Amino acid sequence: MSHKNIKTISNPKLKLEVLTTEEVQRIHEATLHIIEHVGVSFPSKRALEIWEAHGADVNHEKKIVRAKPQLIEDALKTCPPKYVLAARDPQQDLPLDGNHVCLGTDGCGVEVIDIHTKEKRTSCLQDVRDIARVADATSEVAFHWVPVSAQDTSVEARGLHELKAVWENSTKHVQTESIYNIHEARAAMEMAEILAGGKDKLRERPVLSLMQCTAPPLGHDGGSLDAALIAAEAGIPTGFMTMSACMTTGPATMAGTLTVGNAEVIAATALLQLAYPGAPVFYAAAQTASDPRTGVYTGGGPEDFLFGAATNVLADFYNIPLSMGSFATGAKEPNWQAGLEGSLSTFMASVVMSDMLLGCGFLHGSRIWSYAEMMMDCEIFSIIEKMMHGIVVDEETLALDAIAAVGPGGHYLAQKHTRNHMRELFMPQFLDRRPYSKWEETGEDARDWALNKARKILKEHQPDPLDEKISKEFERIIKSVEK
Amino acid sequence: MSEELEKLFKDMAQSIIDGDSDLSVELAQKSIEMNVPPLDAITKGFVVGVNYIGDQFGAGEAFLPELVMAGEAMKAAVATLEPELLKLGEARETMGKVVLATVEGDIHEIGKTLVGTMLSASGFEVTDLGVDQPAEKIIGKALDWNADIIGLSALLTTTMVRQRELIEELDKENLRPRIKVMVGGAPITRDWATKIKADGTSEDAVGAVALAKQLVGKA
Repeated sequence: MSHKNIKTISNPKLKLEVLTTEEVQRIHEATLHIIEHVGVSFPSKRALEIWEAHGADVNHEKKIVRAKPQLIEDALKTCPPKYVLAARDPQQDLPLDGNHVCLGTDGCGVEVIDIHTKEKRTSCLQDVRDIARVADATSEVAFHWVPVSAQDTSVEARGLHELKAVWENSTKHVQTESIYNIHEARAAMEMAEILAGGKDKLRERPVLSLMQCTAPPLGHDGGSLDAALIAAEAGIPTGFMTMSACMTTGPATMAGTLTVGNAEVIAATALLQLAYPGAPVFYAAAQTASDPRTGVYTGGGPEDFLFGAATNVLADFYNIPLSMGSFATGAKEPNWQAGLEGSLSTFMASVVMSDMLLGCGFLHGSRIWSYAEMMMDCEIFSIIEKMMHGIVVDEETLALDAIAAVGPGGHYLAQKHTRNHMRELFMPQFLDRRPYSKWEETGEDARDWALNKARKILKEHQPDPLDEKISKEFERIIKSVEK
Repeated sequence: MSEELEKLFKDMAQSIIDGDSDLSVELAQKSIEMNVPPLDAITKGFVVGVNYIGDQFGAGEAFLPELVMAGEAMKAAVATLEPELLKLGEARETMGKVVLATVEGDIHEIGKTLVGTMLSASGFEVTDLGVDQPAEKIIGKALDWNADIIGLSALLTTTMVRQRELIEELDKENLRPRIKVMVGGAPITRDWATKIKADGTSEDAVGAVALAKQLVGKA
């Protein structure tokens, strides 16, 4: 499948075994044990009714559900293993088929390093538009999350303003993680139906997908559950994300945190299948370890990297696509830490072929958006994409003719073979390979180049505009929710 | 001080350092049987342990779980001694009273719970109302209980506006500066706290304790 202006990782040559088959089986059994004996909180009337109708043990007062392993396992069997995330431009549809790793932006930030002034400030609707437009131009970003919160819009319809802003500024797929109540979910479905051209068309080509966070440990938010059920009913790909963190919302051990998060995700996924068998679902995760000294969210570190690789093994076990948190960093500015955490987390999640990766562009534990960081994250993704193809060994790449022609001594610069293959070598945009004196003279580095690139895109890139009639319809829907 | 008493106080401090709630309760009961004044048991025994672990934490030696467990052991010991204090008509001198809650429409609470534990361990009296709490209930509790501080948590940008609403309500009723408001949660920035005229914010639980102390004039 060819994609217009989208670079994905596919046909990988690298492999990594992070969990053995036996270990996955143990995690699965432990997960079922937790769901059966400890239970998971589902504070939604509708969710509890669905569980009860299917014979689960429901404690209505505490809103805790305990379900037998058979119920969960049978429910999960109806999950479709493959489907497509549709885009406004069909040439940008993304196959979630286990052979593509697609990068998205990160989401839900609350501050932005202003692209012009470089000052940190509160995020607003215009930021959502601008970031979507820059992402639209970037081949590395395959789909959008709502990057930052449009804090200058009404609380009642904020998620809808954000959706409209992204759709108006990009033709790529949109996954929202900031719609978590019935009213906004219904309105979002209506917007998606209009964009897709009707209810059935939306089912065929879901131009929207929905991600909900779990409320760890072993819980969910009522509004999130209701919104997810509405999305699943409409045939919109829906996923639950665990952000279970070692030592605070998860056990201190990585296996324990992996398992408790798995119970959250699997139980909610089973709920969607019980309600709407065959509904497209995905697994989502961004586990981490809390800082042992202070308990704060780290968003980075070796535990994150291992979780990034391990979770896709679990999602593969359940045969559903995965949306994996990557590029998370605790760094306060684009620096050594940001590069380290972005690279390793994204490499580990990519090498196991996680279907969706979130999300480039953030600093300080997914709170502060930086355009420079976004551009440099894109370069990291490109480097990893290159690495994933590994080393091709065949007659042509062994280059025996060229080697014979050059012989001992000499060089390969003038060889035809070189000219034929030199463009396969990675050409960085932001890695500094200049003479020392050049660096000394200009004082500029990758961060300046990356910011300049984003500025140039924002100034020049005009995405295919959204039909004005559709925009007007969106406006009407948003107004009706704000009433 | 008799050797036996000295050992008891030492064991009390150690039970807190070890975060052993069973033992701290047991030692509190033993002190009652030995007719040790309950205030002595607290200040000469248990508090020594709390201070020690607090210092260790400040020095980066102790980890957060040790601090939390020490806080819980302390709470359990004080709860055991409280009826005795009441009988004697004595009261433990506290740093102040704090009402904590997560705002209406929001169910996230781990950070807030942590702040509560740390405040308790630092000598504050804390009432944690839990999650999804409407402003009138939080203010009502603060008034009934004569609280010094209200601590408000929110994780969503759509619910953090409730922090502002509560502050506006307090201002309307002229309840500030009598009641101070501190706000927290992942999306809460210093700019936001200033904008809504909160009395302060902190990015972590340790900072929240320092802020609370400052707000009650005991920094």
